[in-house]
Amino acid sequence: MKTIVLIGDPNVGKSVLFSRLTGVDVISSNYPGTTVDYAKGRICWQGETMEIVDAPGTYSLETTNKAEDVALSLLDKADVIVNVIDATSLERCLLLTVELLAKRKPVVVALNMWDEAQHLGITINVHDLENLLQVPVIPTVAITGEGVKELVQRLDEARVSERPALTGEDQAWTEVGHIVRKVQTVAHRHHTFRDRLVDATVKPVTGLLTATVVLAALFWMVRLLGEGLIKYVATPLFNAYLAPITSLSDRLGPGFLRDILVGKLIDGQVDFIQSMGILSTGMFMPLGMVLPYIVAFYLALGFLEDTGYLPRLATITDNLFHKLGMHGHGVLPVLLGLGCKVPGVLSARTLETRKQRFISILLVGITVPCAAQTATIFGILGPRGIGYVAVVFGTQAAIFVLLGLILNRSSREECPELFLDIPPYRRPSLRAVAKKTWMRVRWFLAEALPLLFLGVLTASILDALGVTEKLASVTAPFMKSWFALPGEAVPALFSGFLRKELALGMLVPLKLTSAQLTVAITLFSFFPCIATFAVMWRELGGKDMLKAVLVMLLTALLVGGILRLVLVGWSP
Amino acid sequence: MAATTLPSALALPENGVCPITEIPVTQLPAGSSATIVALHGGSGFQRRLRSVGIREGKTLRMVASHPFAGPLVIEVDRKQITIGRGMAQRVAVVKAL
Repeated sequence: MKTIVLIGDPNVGKSVLFSRLTGVDVISSNYPGTTVDYAKGRICWQGETMEIVDAPGTYSLETTNKAEDVALSLLDKADVIVNVIDATSLERCLLLTVELLAKRKPVVVALNMWDEAQHLGITINVHDLENLLQVPVIPTVAITGEGVKELVQRLDEARVSERPALTGEDQAWTEVGHIVRKVQTVAHRHHTFRDRLVDATVKPVTGLLTATVVLAALFWMVRLLGEGLIKYVATPLFNAYLAPITSLSDRLGPGFLRDILVGKLIDGQVDFIQSMGILSTGMFMPLGMVLPYIVAFYLALGFLEDTGYLPRLATITDNLFHKLGMHGHGVLPVLLGLGCKVPGVLSARTLETRKQRFISILLVGITVPCAAQTATIFGILGPRGIGYVAVVFGTQAAIFVLLGLILNRSSREECPELFLDIPPYRRPSLRAVAKKTWMRVRWFLAEALPLLFLGVLTASILDALGVTEKLASVTAPFMKSWFALPGEAVPALFSGFLRKELALGMLVPLKLTSAQLTVAITLFSFFPCIATFAVMWRELGGKDMLKAVLVMLLTALLVGGILRLVLVGWSP
Repeated sequence: MAATTLPSALALPENGVCPITEIPVTQLPAGSSATIVALHGGSGFQRRLRSVGIREGKTLRMVASHPFAGPLVIEVDRKQITIGRGMAQRVAVVKAL
């Protein structure tokens, strides 16, 4: 089977094109570095099945980060290269093109963002470009699908260019300059009022103001959407669900099966938070409590991503992140981590050095609350008073900064500087954002539901076997003296390892005081769930993961202890 | 900053005695434009900058310069790029006349 690899500069639309070609959904956004790994899909054309690979973006064949290494290694496996270039920045994209042509592999060029180039008054003579490159060049608008069919039709015209081999970089640039002069004309354009507004969002003062407003709007929108979904969708649904599950509970009668499926009855009633059955808590926690916020968060983030604002945010926050041992790009894993830590940790790949990646992954892993955590913190601690919620989030934010400062000093390795391409602002398409949200939600459901069921099941079995009680009594003295928490909080902590929602649900029946509950929730939030743990391990490797776990334990021990002193006082 | 003459790659005025000061791009005020004349650094550094369009002979516009040794935002060929101050220090320009 033929392998076709999509290669091009970052943010030229490779992933959009890939989705168009294969129908395989991949996340695409308006900022460089969305794709950090490859995706594969297949197409069938004239009876021949071909494999299409979407590679991370790279500016040239000399790589500077991990994501670009992935792109380069894919190149060797390619039978045909589809070089995706951005028609609005022909000159710099062509450097990679001439490098690829020199590899002596069959190439087809997709001249993407063709519509945008026309809007900007950029005219490119495609016919002349084809002649100069000696490979097919097809103008495309991946976002609308224009030209994609022609691209497929001409895949078998891909050929090895017979241009003379390159002798060096200078010559490559000379060739590029020569080509651009021949095929491109650019209409002169004045600096407009709109341009000035656009510039204001990366300037120091106006940029900081913009960032504040944008982030506030993001969280306001998440809350508004999340609460709306809970009030008008989730609550009515689960109210209706109470009747069938109560009748199931009656029909089953007391016994192990009811304990597993429905859980314990609280005051003779099924309680969605405390019952701890697969069909009660196991359904309510992810679907009734967390899902509305997940949907809300990814809708809002999706919009923000597609506007092209995020690289500007990275520019504005660069100074802060340098103090924490990273550069401004470190804001991205944090933002993604607020949704789910797994993609958050993965996006740290776009950071260049090991030190940066370590700090970023560790901070996201232990101090950034994911949507599931946020939803449960609001759900369980919210009724006790917004002040307690503020303590939990405030502590996490403080630890984020403090740990960053400390970790930055722990190694002398210099952080490289921010070097980032800023894409133009674009109007997000509702369809694209909705599709992207659905993909991320689907991923959450596939990952969260099985683990939650498993967690509920394990908790019920351990409870029935008396392990829970034993564990609680063994750890009781330590928990009591250090955190002023009962030993029963430990089983909850362990189940929190599977899914965050679960731990918090198990805390409710313990009848803790508000202060104790705040300590417990803060403590739990330092431990990432098992899915995050696994991806952290994979990204960091064994040695760094061990360090990360030590930092995690130390932080939990210290911060939990201090918080206990402040909130509960010395005597338990 | 030592004053140097314009590299031969760029055309000099008729009389040929027009000494133009080469300054690092960091000294360019926001809103003004200049021509890139040199990238002082190793080949990796030069390559990285050139690959996003920051090349000798190109005109750049300073969009924003962040305080406290923060990054700069420059525009080349209508594309904006954020670049750290240390790297920008090594990009030499001459002001557009």
